[in-house]
Amino acid sequence: MSCQYHQHLLLPLLLSLLTAGVSSVEVQRPRGVSLSNRQFYEEGKPFTCLDNSATIPFDRVNDDYCDCKDGSDEPGTAACPNGSFYCTNAGFRSSFIPSSRINDGICDCCDTTDEYNSGAACQNTCRELGRKEMESLEKMAEIAKEGYRLKQLLIQEAKRGLEEKKKKLQDIQVTKKDLEDKVEALRTVKETAEQPEKEAKERHLKAWEGKFRFRNWCIFFFSLSVSVAELLSHSELNPDSDDSFTEAEAQVIILIYSKLKITDYEIIVCFMLDLLFVCRNLEKEISFDFGPNSEFAYLYSQCYELTTSEYIYRLCPFNRVSQKPKYGGSETNLGTWGKWAGPEDNIYSVMKYEHGTGCWQGPNRSTTVKLTCGKETVVTSTSEPSRCEYLMEFISPAICQEPSSLESYFHEHQEL
Amino acid sequence: MAPVVVLWLAMCLGGTWAVDKGNFKTCDQSAFCKRQRALKPGESPYRALLETMELTNTRLTLQLINDNNKVRLLLELYRLQGNITRVKINELKPLKPRYEVPDVLIREPPTEPLSLLSQDENGVVLSLGAESQRVIVSARPFRLDIMEGREVLMSLNSRGLLAFEHLRMRKDTQADPEAEKKEEADPANQAEAENVDEEKVEDGMWEETFKSHTDSKPNGPSAVSLDFSLPGVEHVYGIPEHADTLRLKTTDNGDPYRLYNLDVFQYELYNPMALYGAVPVMLAHNTQRTTGIFWLNAAETWVDISSNTAGKTVFGKMLDYVQGSSETPQTDVRWISESGIIDVFIMLGPKPKDVFSQYASLTGTQSFPPLTSLGYHQCRWNYNDQEDVKSVDAGFDEHDIPYDFIWLDIEHTDGKRYFTWDTHKFATPKEMLQGLMDKKRKMVAIVDPHIKVDSNYKIHNEIRSRGFYIKNKDGGDYEGWCWPGSAGYPDFTRIDMRDWWASMFAYDQYEGSMENLYTWNDMNEPSVFNGPEVTMHKDAMHGAWEHRDLHNTYGFYVQMATAEGLIKRSGGVERPFVLTRAFFAGSQRYGAVWTGDNAAEWDHLKISIPMCLSLGLVGISFCGADVGGFFKSPSTELLVRWYQTGAYQPFFRAHAHLDTPRREPWLFGPENTALIREAVRQRYTLLPYWYQQFYQAHRTGQPVMRPLWVEYPQDPATFTLDDEFLIGKDLLVHPVTEEGARGVTAYLPGKDEVWFDVHTFQRHNGAQNLYIPVTMSSIPVFQRGGSIIPRKLRVRRSSTCMEHDPYTLFVALNSQRKAEGELYIDDGHTFNYEKEEFIHRRLSFANNILSSLNLAPDAKFTTQSWIERIVILGASKPSKITLKAADGQESQVEFEFDASMSVLTLRKPGMNSGADWTVTLQ
Repeated sequence: MSCQYHQHLLLPLLLSLLTAGVSSVEVQRPRGVSLSNRQFYEEGKPFTCLDNSATIPFDRVNDDYCDCKDGSDEPGTAACPNGSFYCTNAGFRSSFIPSSRINDGICDCCDTTDEYNSGAACQNTCRELGRKEMESLEKMAEIAKEGYRLKQLLIQEAKRGLEEKKKKLQDIQVTKKDLEDKVEALRTVKETAEQPEKEAKERHLKAWEGKFRFRNWCIFFFSLSVSVAELLSHSELNPDSDDSFTEAEAQVIILIYSKLKITDYEIIVCFMLDLLFVCRNLEKEISFDFGPNSEFAYLYSQCYELTTSEYIYRLCPFNRVSQKPKYGGSETNLGTWGKWAGPEDNIYSVMKYEHGTGCWQGPNRSTTVKLTCGKETVVTSTSEPSRCEYLMEFISPAICQEPSSLESYFHEHQEL
Repeated sequence: MAPVVVLWLAMCLGGTWAVDKGNFKTCDQSAFCKRQRALKPGESPYRALLETMELTNTRLTLQLINDNNKVRLLLELYRLQGNITRVKINELKPLKPRYEVPDVLIREPPTEPLSLLSQDENGVVLSLGAESQRVIVSARPFRLDIMEGREVLMSLNSRGLLAFEHLRMRKDTQADPEAEKKEEADPANQAEAENVDEEKVEDGMWEETFKSHTDSKPNGPSAVSLDFSLPGVEHVYGIPEHADTLRLKTTDNGDPYRLYNLDVFQYELYNPMALYGAVPVMLAHNTQRTTGIFWLNAAETWVDISSNTAGKTVFGKMLDYVQGSSETPQTDVRWISESGIIDVFIMLGPKPKDVFSQYASLTGTQSFPPLTSLGYHQCRWNYNDQEDVKSVDAGFDEHDIPYDFIWLDIEHTDGKRYFTWDTHKFATPKEMLQGLMDKKRKMVAIVDPHIKVDSNYKIHNEIRSRGFYIKNKDGGDYEGWCWPGSAGYPDFTRIDMRDWWASMFAYDQYEGSMENLYTWNDMNEPSVFNGPEVTMHKDAMHGAWEHRDLHNTYGFYVQMATAEGLIKRSGGVERPFVLTRAFFAGSQRYGAVWTGDNAAEWDHLKISIPMCLSLGLVGISFCGADVGGFFKSPSTELLVRWYQTGAYQPFFRAHAHLDTPRREPWLFGPENTALIREAVRQRYTLLPYWYQQFYQAHRTGQPVMRPLWVEYPQDPATFTLDDEFLIGKDLLVHPVTEEGARGVTAYLPGKDEVWFDVHTFQRHNGAQNLYIPVTMSSIPVFQRGGSIIPRKLRVRRSSTCMEHDPYTLFVALNSQRKAEGELYIDDGHTFNYEKEEFIHRRLSFANNILSSLNLAPDAKFTTQSWIERIVILGASKPSKITLKAADGQESQVEFEFDASMSVLTLRKPGMNSGADWTVTLQ
C-alpha cells in the first residue's frame, strides 16, 4: 500500500476529494464485493464464478462454503483460501484484503467491516486515517513543490558547471599541446646524459608497477620533503586498492622517491601527466551520468554525514560510502560508486555502492542508497538489513518529480 | 548460533570452513576410551559370588569379583513393570560414592516380583514373568543372558568386556598421607590396595592433556564398560546426536559413536563424532522383535558396534544360507563411560511401540506443546531492531504467508546479558510484543546459560552472591569465555538454582517480557570457547561432583529450569515453549530441540531426516533442523526444497547465520515466494493432525516423526530407509532432497495397504517402489488408506487466528473400504487438558457409515469449529447421503463425485466438531 503510494504524488483534486470526507452512498451488494464487481452479483440470479469455473444458485454466495475455484463466491467470508474482501473504508482509501483476514479477530479494514462476527472490538478509524493521510499528503505536496523548484535551480547550476568544465578542458588541451613540444625537445638532451641513472630508476619503478599510479609518483617530485603523516592524509595516494594506507607504505614511497634525482625533463613530464589527469577527470565528469538534466551533479565531490549511536556514516556521492566508529577506530569502506540501480521506470531513485571491505565469511560490503524528494540534501538513516549490506536513506531535491503526474494516482484510487 | 566469534576463529581455526576435527578428541585421545578399547573380547575376569546372592521380592543382589585385582562389585537386578529389566553395577565399597544420575527418571521405576527358577553352582535362573522370559546369571565367568523360550534375546558380558575402574588412591608422591592412614586402618582395603599396586599405572589415569588443556583428574581412573550381544539383530538405531544415517554403522574400522555434548563448529556429516546432545538409548530391531538398551550415565560415553554380518555382501549372506553354514547374524555393542556406575535398562519390547512406552515409563513423554509452536517459526541471527521485527512481520502479511513466531538471537540483549534488551535497538520491547500480540503472533528470545561476569548485572550478582556458579577445581567460580566475554555458568544441577532461575522469568523480573514471549536455550552443552573441546573443564565442580560425572545432563537441566520458569510465570496455567540445543534422556519433557548449526548444503537437508528420526526413536519428538541451513547461503532451489521438507518435520523454523544474506521467504522472486507460501500453507492445513500426533506422543511416548520400520516392523525393505518417513502412522512423506530432481522413488510400505497422493488423490498400492515425477512445487506426501485426517483448509496469518475455523475430514478408504481416525481439540495453550477439558473423538468409516464417537465422555470442552467438508478418497458414487445429528434429526447432505479419481466430497454437512453424528452413504 504505502510503497505504491510514495511513487505517486498528488493532485489538488484528490486533496479536495479527501477533504470532502467522501460519504459515498452505500450501494447494495453482497458483503466484500467491490463496486466495480457488483454487476456480477445479481440478487436472485444464479452466480457464475468470475473465472467461469462454475455457476451456482445465488444463495450460495457468501454462504461460508467455497464453491468457486477463484474464491469469487465467498467475497465476504473466509471460506475460500484465495478470496479477497473489499473494504469500502469510507473517509479513507478503499482496499482489498485476503479473505482469510475476515473474522480472524484482527481489525484490518479501518471501517471495521472485516470483523463482523469475531467479537473483535474494532474502532472505525477511517476518518482519522483520512485526515492524517491528507495532512501528510499536503505536507508532501508542499515538499514536492519546493523540492521541484530547487531542482530547477540545480539543473541550471549543473548546466553552467558543465559549460565551464568544457571550456576548461579546451584550455588544457591547448596547454598540453604546448608541453608536448617541450618534452620532445628535452628528451633528446636527457637520454644521452643520464643512461646509468635511468636503469636504477626503472628498477624502482618496476617494484611499484601496477600498484601506484604514475600521477602520484609525479606528485612526489614536487614534495620530496613531505612527512609520513602528511602523506598518510592523502588517502588517494594509497598504492594498494585496500583501505589501510599504512605508515610503512608511506615510508617506502618516500624512500623510493627521495633516491631519485629529478631533471628538468622529468619535471615537465610530470606537469604534462598532471594535466593529462586533470583532463581525464574533466572528461569523466562531463560525460558522467548525473541524471537526465545533470541535476545530481551538485553532489559530486561532496560528502554527507550521519551520526548514529555507534558510528559516523559518510556518503560521498559518486565516490564512496564509509563508516567510522564514533569513539575511535579505523574507517570501513562500505562500497565505492557502482551504478544507478533504481527500477527501470525510476532508475535514478537508487544508488549502488559496491566492493567495500570484505566481511568475514561473507560478501564484500555494499550500500544501497535510496533517494527521496526533499528540500534539503541530507542522509536521514542508515541500517544494515542484511549482514554487510547497508541501506542508506538520502534526501535530495534532485529526485523530486514535477507535481503533475497525479492523474494516474487519482484514477487508481477513485473507488471510494 | 556459531560457537566461534571472529576473533576466536582467527586465533584457533585460521578461517577453515569445515569442522576442525583436531579440536575434538578421538577415542585414542580420550584416555579412558583408549584404555577401555584396548581390552579385547575374551574371558571376563569377573566372577559372580553366588553365595552373596540376596533375592527380595523386588530385586536380586549379588557380588562380583574381579579375579585379577580382587575388587568386588555389587550387581543389582530388577524386574520393572512393563517388561523392563534393570541391571545396576557399582563398586561394593567405593572409596567415595560414585555418581548415579538423578532427575532423569520420572520416578523410581516400579518393580515386579522376580522369582528364582533354578540355581546351581554355575548360576541362577530367574523368571521375568511374561512369556517364559527369564534371565540367567552365570557365575564363572560372570554373564547375563535374557532368554525367551529357547531364544537368547540379549547377553551381557558375553564377550567379557565388563570393566569397572575402581576408585583408588594415587600411588605416587602426591598421595594424601591421611588417606593412607585410613587405608592402613582397614585391613580389607589394605588387601585390595596391594592388588591395586600390581595394576599398571597408565598415562592419562591421573592427569590428561588435550591441546593446551590439562584435566587434573583428582579421582583417578573411574571408567565403566559393558558389552551387549544381540543375536539375530542386524539393525540398531538411536544413540543420538550424530550426523549419520538412521541405521547405525559398525565402528570396527573407526572411532566409536561418541556421546559428549559439544558445540561443534560446522559439523561434518556421516561420522560418529559427538554433537550437541546425547541420549544413551539404542534400539535393536529384527522382523521378530524390537528391544532397547538405556545406558543411564551422564559422563562422556563411547559406543562401539560390531556385527558378524557387516562385512558380508548380500551374495555372501545368500551363500551362507544355501550352504547352511551361516552363523546367526549378531550385533555386538559395547558402552564405555568415563565415570559413574553401570545402570542399564533393558527394554524387551517386543514391538517397537512397546519399547517406546517402556522408555516413556522411565523418562517420561514428549511435553505437549502449545499448538502455536507447531506453526512456522521465522528466525535469524539477528533481527536487528524493533523496526526490523516490524517490517519482517509486515512482510508476512504483505506476502500472505502465515507464521506464528519471530525469533531474536543474542544481539537483542544489552551486551549479551540475558534477560535484558539492547536499549537502542529494542528500547520498548513491550510495545513490540504487543504489536505481535495484536496479530496473534508470538516471539522467542534467546536466554543462554553463560552469564556475563559484570558487577553491574543483576543476574550475575545474584548468582554469585547465592553461590550458584559452578566452581573450578580450586574452589573459585568457574569462568569461561563465551558470547559476553568472561562468563560464569550457573550450576543447574542444583534444585535451588533452578528454582531461582525459574523465578527470573516472572513478568516483574524479566523486564520487557510478556505472555507471548517464549525462550530459546542455546550454548547449553555448555559451550565454553576457551575450554577443552569448546566445553567445560571436566574437573570443574558441582558441589561434591565433578563436571565429568554429569556433563551430558547440563543442557537438560537448563531447559528444565527454563520451562519451569515459563510455567510458573503464568501461575501454572500456560504450557511453556523452550527450544534447546543440548539435551539428554528425558529432555523430551521440557520442549523442543533442533539439530544445531547445520549448513546450507543439500547433504545437510538430507541428514535432517535421519537426525530427527533418531531423536524420535528415543523419545524426543519435537525436533527440527534450521530451514535453509545455518551457515552459508542456500541456492533458491535448496531453500525452497528445505521449506518443503521442514513443513513436514515437527519443529519448523528457518534460521540463518549473522553473516549470510537475508532470506525471508519473499526475497527470491514471486515464483519462489509462491512455492514457499504453498509449503507453509500445507503445514498450516495439517496443524490439527500435527497437534493430535503430539497429544498422542505426550500420552503414550510414540514418536511423531517415525521411520517406516516402526509401523512395518516385519518388512526388511523399510529397515534402512531414511530419505522418507511417517508422521504418525497415516502420512508418508518423501521430500525432494536432491538438487535438480526430476523425480523421487518412494517406497510405499505394506502389502495390504493402499496410499493416496494427498495432492492428486491418486491411489497406489503398498509394498512397491513408486517413481514420482516432480517439479519445483512437488512435495510427495501420501495418506494411508484406512485413515481419517482432519485438516483446516482456511489458512490464516497465524495458527491462533484459525482457532474457530471449521474442519475438513479426509477419509482415505482401505481395500476393505474402511477408515479410522481421531479428532482432538482443546484450547491449544493451557494445562486444562489435564483437567479433562478437551474433545477427543473417534472417527470411523465402515459399511458406508461415517460416525463420530466420543472417546472421552467425561471430558468437557466446547468448540465453535464445525465440519465444513468431508472428502472420501477411494469412494464410489452414492445416490444419497444422510446426516444424522446428535438429536436424531436427519438431513440430506449435498455432494460431488469425481469419478476419475473416485473422490466423493460432501458439501457443508455443518455439524459441530464436538458432537455425535453419523453420515450414511446410500
